Amino acid sequence: MIRAVSTPAIEPVSLILQHYERDPGELLQILIEVQHALHWVPEEAVALVAAHLGVTRAHVRGVVGFYSFLSDAYLGEYVIYVSDNITDRMQGSEGFAKYLCSRLGVPLGQTRADGRVSVHFTSCTGMCDQGPALLVNTLPVTRVTRERLDKIMELITARTPVADWPAEYFEVSDNFRRSDVLFRRVFEPGEALQAAMRRAGDDTLKSIRFEESVDPASGVSWKRGADETLKELYRSDLRGRGGAGFKAAIKWETCRDIPSPERFVVCNADEGEPGTFKDRVLLSSYADMVFEGMTICGYVVGSSQGILYIRQEYWFLKQALEAVLQRRREAQLLGENILGTGFRFDIRIHWGAGAYICGMETALIESVEGRRGKPRKRWPLPVVAGVERRPTVVNNVETFAAAAMIALKGGAWFAGHGTQHSTGTKLFCVSGDCERPGIYEYPFGVSVREVLRDCGGLDAQAVQVSGPSGTTITRPEFRRVFAYEDLSTVGTVMVFGPKRDMFDMVRCYTHFFKHESCGLCTPCRVGTSLLAGLVDKVAEGKGSPMDLEDIQHISQLMTTTAHCGLGQTAPNHLMDSLVKFRGDWDKRMMVAEFAPAFDLDASLAEARQLTGRDDAAAHL
Amino acid sequence: MADAKKKVTVATCSLAGCFGCHMSLLDIDERLIALLELVEFDRSPINDIKEISPSVDVGLIEGGVCNAENVHVLRQFRASCRVLVAVGECAATGGVPAMRNHYTLKECLQEAYVRGIGVAGAEIPSDPELPLLLDKVQPLHHVVKVDYTLPGCPPSADVFWMFLTDLIAGRDPVLPPSLIRYD
Repeated sequence: MIRAVSTPAIEPVSLILQHYERDPGELLQILIEVQHALHWVPEEAVALVAAHLGVTRAHVRGVVGFYSFLSDAYLGEYVIYVSDNITDRMQGSEGFAKYLCSRLGVPLGQTRADGRVSVHFTSCTGMCDQGPALLVNTLPVTRVTRERLDKIMELITARTPVADWPAEYFEVSDNFRRSDVLFRRVFEPGEALQAAMRRAGDDTLKSIRFEESVDPASGVSWKRGADETLKELYRSDLRGRGGAGFKAAIKWETCRDIPSPERFVVCNADEGEPGTFKDRVLLSSYADMVFEGMTICGYVVGSSQGILYIRQEYWFLKQALEAVLQRRREAQLLGENILGTGFRFDIRIHWGAGAYICGMETALIESVEGRRGKPRKRWPLPVVAGVERRPTVVNNVETFAAAAMIALKGGAWFAGHGTQHSTGTKLFCVSGDCERPGIYEYPFGVSVREVLRDCGGLDAQAVQVSGPSGTTITRPEFRRVFAYEDLSTVGTVMVFGPKRDMFDMVRCYTHFFKHESCGLCTPCRVGTSLLAGLVDKVAEGKGSPMDLEDIQHISQLMTTTAHCGLGQTAPNHLMDSLVKFRGDWDKRMMVAEFAPAFDLDASLAEARQLTGRDDAAAHL
Repeated sequence: MADAKKKVTVATCSLAGCFGCHMSLLDIDERLIALLELVEFDRSPINDIKEISPSVDVGLIEGGVCNAENVHVLRQFRASCRVLVAVGECAATGGVPAMRNHYTLKECLQEAYVRGIGVAGAEIPSDPELPLLLDKVQPLHHVVKVDYTLPGCPPSADVFWMFLTDLIAGRDPVLPPSLIRYD
């Protein structure tokens, strides 16, 4: 543990605790505030927080240890995280990190002795279309150049507070390059909710579960609207936008029909899949639409509590999102009596703290409840027993946005776009080697080639679809289409130009998964670590055919035995690359059948130095 | 491997191990007599033969690799044995000795020979007769190609028995889950 010359006083912790109930579910939110205030979570803070919440210190330490953005070592006045996606690396991030460390005089991952600054790598920060990116004291710095780094280091040397840094450093662009039917028009707050509540439906169709329930005060029959809206959702055939593509209407109806005194609506804005940044854009510019989709979900399923679970990389959106929620409360679009119907629903924001696994819905729920983000067993499903073991709808940000538009314009309208089994439009996050990276909205059924043409990346040799857990597509496959019938996708399209060495991507992502494995199950915890080690060995030119056999064997084992999707899909990019880009592997391979995993003679160097020996027996 | 006339030769040794795996091999008890009908031991602590023959059928190695001598012995075994088997956790992963991998070699040696309680004439030994320590304890497969790994700390007597009888009979050894389940 690093104790720098002076660390901030512990006093702010007591102030922070005053704002929180004695509810263990608040643990993660409290620790995030402590981390932001002190730039670490010292043992004294652990004790105070544990006492406040009535949990053990070990539990608190366990949570601190789990999340990347919480630290039990002091990180300094300025904490710099360098985004470490392959797209950042393609834009020079590794060199920039080295430059920062050498100019600041601090080794990577350590705090400078004067307690001023530390530099770390972190997983993709969702700025792939405007990278390379940093996070400095939680704020994103985009489009990093050496000049910008020089300026930043001057500001750090002068101890200028980050709040006083030039605003342009923190500029985040939407880069919304192509909009289609969902995002073409301006969304009026409340319009979808009103449409949902007034939806009388087609009387010739029987309601799925029609209950006449006129609110005596307002005279509005809002239950009927809920049923009719669910029917529209069925008509739309909307499938979840988080990647798995489960039908939203089935999820909503199941949640509604399970008897329970309370239900939850959770919006998953964890967006940890490297190369994905659509949720960031939606929450920057279409937050009303997303919140309205959540509210409509609450209305349909009979829930009064919505939770936006958002990754801490998007902390810069905090004020804006809270302002939107406040505005919606003032406009009676949230709160005790929504649009005068007596329907009660509100949304709170729950922050993550740097954990890819929390995009997995059961891990997300654990995190919402303030614990380490470890996935639960998949039965019961969250829709049966999610947050507080109550029926819970967990949907992606984009799913809620689409649901709002379906409530407004009807299911048939939505189903009129896209393909038979993949209705509607989808947002694509395009980054990498292309002229126009950014967000593109297309109807499902668009081909890889069309996307590449529009973004100016037609000379690509490969496209990584859906991030590292997805699929690597090569030129002959560019005619394939994005749709559940062919390439299912969360919308991530990372473009690799003709000169790229695809092995670099593999190395980046094997380490990504090693870092992000939650450690719950052995196949993933050990497997990701072994794979990273083997890939490093190949990278150092010491790989042998036996290592490739091991890689295949371990990958197969993980795919079939890991507890959750993280471990099951972690080897995908490796397997694809071994088949499709074998040349990038072969040029690094040794011819010998077997090569040791480490340099034997170098492994004796320390002993030679300690004993002063250099005889023949002191070498291997 | 099944040859009615000629016995299968087996060599065994312990590198950075505790001989617990060898003890477990002896736990096959009276089946040792049946085993000796089938195999002949080459280098092994069981018969105290110190050097391995140039051509051996099966090499069983317990313990990980912690020093230069371990590397030499392991390489000799690999060169001599048709089938090389990593026996037990230490051979497979480094095991208990690899717990020192969390520290530098300097910290380990200073704790043992310089700062340790009751140490007299504190100094890190440097006699050329002593093999130098590797900076980290390594599993066997990080140094040579390993054909089979017997899990367990130690692998039970039945694991040794099943594995050797399968191998000698020319079957691909398969351990039933009941033998490699530890909870």
